[in-house]
Amino acid sequence: MRDVFSTSFPDMAATSLLDSIPHGIAVIDRDLKIVAINEFLEALTGVVRADVTGVYVDFVLRSNIARRGRTFREVLSSGEPLVLDGDIVSRDRRKLPMQFTISPLRNRAEEVVGLVIVLDDLSAMVASVGLGADADVTDSIIGQSPKMREVFDLIPLMAHTEASVLITGETGTGKDKVAEAIHKSSSRAGKPFIKINCGALPESLLESELFGYVKGAFTGAVKDKPGMFRLAQGGTLFLTEIGDMPLPLQVKLLSVLDDREFFPLGGEKKIKVDVRIIAATHRPLKQRVAAGEFREDLYYRLNVLHLHLPPLRERETDTRFLLNHFLRFFAERTGSSAKNFNDEALRRLMAYPFPGNIRELRNIVEYCVNICQNREIDIEHLPKYLFSSPVPVDANLPTEVEPLALVQVVPGPQPIQETGKDWLALEKELIISALTQTRGNRSKAADILGWGRTTLWRKLKTHGLVTPPVPSNTSEET
Amino acid sequence: MKILLTVHDKSIAPRFDQATEVIIAEHDGHRMVGDLRTIILSRRGAEDLSDLIVKEGIDCVVCGGIEENYYRFFTWKKITVFDGIIGSHSEALQMAISGTLRSGTILPSAVEE
Repeated sequence: MRDVFSTSFPDMAATSLLDSIPHGIAVIDRDLKIVAINEFLEALTGVVRADVTGVYVDFVLRSNIARRGRTFREVLSSGEPLVLDGDIVSRDRRKLPMQFTISPLRNRAEEVVGLVIVLDDLSAMVASVGLGADADVTDSIIGQSPKMREVFDLIPLMAHTEASVLITGETGTGKDKVAEAIHKSSSRAGKPFIKINCGALPESLLESELFGYVKGAFTGAVKDKPGMFRLAQGGTLFLTEIGDMPLPLQVKLLSVLDDREFFPLGGEKKIKVDVRIIAATHRPLKQRVAAGEFREDLYYRLNVLHLHLPPLRERETDTRFLLNHFLRFFAERTGSSAKNFNDEALRRLMAYPFPGNIRELRNIVEYCVNICQNREIDIEHLPKYLFSSPVPVDANLPTEVEPLALVQVVPGPQPIQETGKDWLALEKELIISALTQTRGNRSKAADILGWGRTTLWRKLKTHGLVTPPVPSNTSEET
Repeated sequence: MKILLTVHDKSIAPRFDQATEVIIAEHDGHRMVGDLRTIILSRRGAEDLSDLIVKEGIDCVVCGGIEENYYRFFTWKKITVFDGIIGSHSEALQMAISGTLRSGTILPSAVEE
């Protein structure tokens, strides 16, 4: 049976008070069950307060401090506040260092009726501007080439303004990481960083995800949903794949950027927001503007600060640096004996154009480390699809390797320069070849190409290779 | 198909890396095959648990919060992951078997417990 405190707290306008505090806050009763959480904690955990009222607190917090509830019970019994450092796993699967302040809540009779838990996000302090000092190196941005140094120089400058940022670059170049680094280096670092993929959701769903809705706005809207703009209040909203945003939504986004307020779906009350926008796309936005697929006014509104991330093939020395970096990382993580690449494997890797950029390079190294049982990664440990890829002859190959040796050993199509085709055409051929090889199985084709299924799906759409919908009883894998 | 659930008493454990107990169930697509197997882990940690999942040939993991690295690792290994589950493990298992479980689901049992 829930007591008076549990049932009356949400009605005491206390939730508005909680929402005004820029830290995650949970109010719990003596049974350690949620009475209320604020919007900030909703953003951190991805849950909606109405869904978790009455749920045991640590199922919502996902912290490492609960000790099966003993920590909270100690505060309840002692009546003394407690401050602890720990971490939580957030809605977007990140482990975030937190300072937890657990304080008793008393009624007028001075009895402890519950606890208030305040979560202070320490990641901005721990992350050391997010450029290479993270404990998890895969979350860092790594590079030594002059082009990446230019990017590193620009990040702090962009962090110190409030203007919108547009990040462009091919898939796998690290747009997400850079957006997060800008947020972490900015004055908004302690506030939410919310990412939404504008290309992954249909228009109506994207609109409700971004702007939220009120109860009864449409069939199935059984409760209010705050939307990403409200969840990112005070922080940064990262709109990835902005080039794929439907035109009608572009109008609404532009309006929010100009006025800093909007109506949720079905709502009659305007919501004011203070959110910085970082947008990213792998598409050529100017061309899309010219083609009438992207609004020119929104383009200029987002493109106040522009950061272009170079593809790996333009980052000269970085390929080798990243190969060694990820080799060390995965070998350590998996306990593999692999210590280095031999000349032949290195030559093949250095000659490969990495169309999937760093994401693909990372996946290839992870594959090698898992396959290789020796100290040295040999050519036989590389993913097979590398051998069906064109091998461009590159003057910058490692000097210790005989350039002609590999061309003779490894069969493969002609080098890129001799085909007379651009990369897109070659990529299309590679996709068709992989799909033919796997008899149309997209998962297996994605494996061969070293991409995720989503990447393959996007590329299939780009190249116009998407087949019409299949009958419902057909396997999803085909 | 083998399903592994990270558990905490009667519930799904709040965090993958903090779980000290798992349940392994097998089903043939319609019903359970054999008995549920409970394994008490000698220590908590995502690495050890990941090793166990791979060694056991698990096809589906049902858990609470999980870090992106492990989520991606399992996806790469073709292991389905339903994460962010809140509620009783028996209810989560039934839903996993019937194909109705989704990541982030808060089960009705979460409030009752």
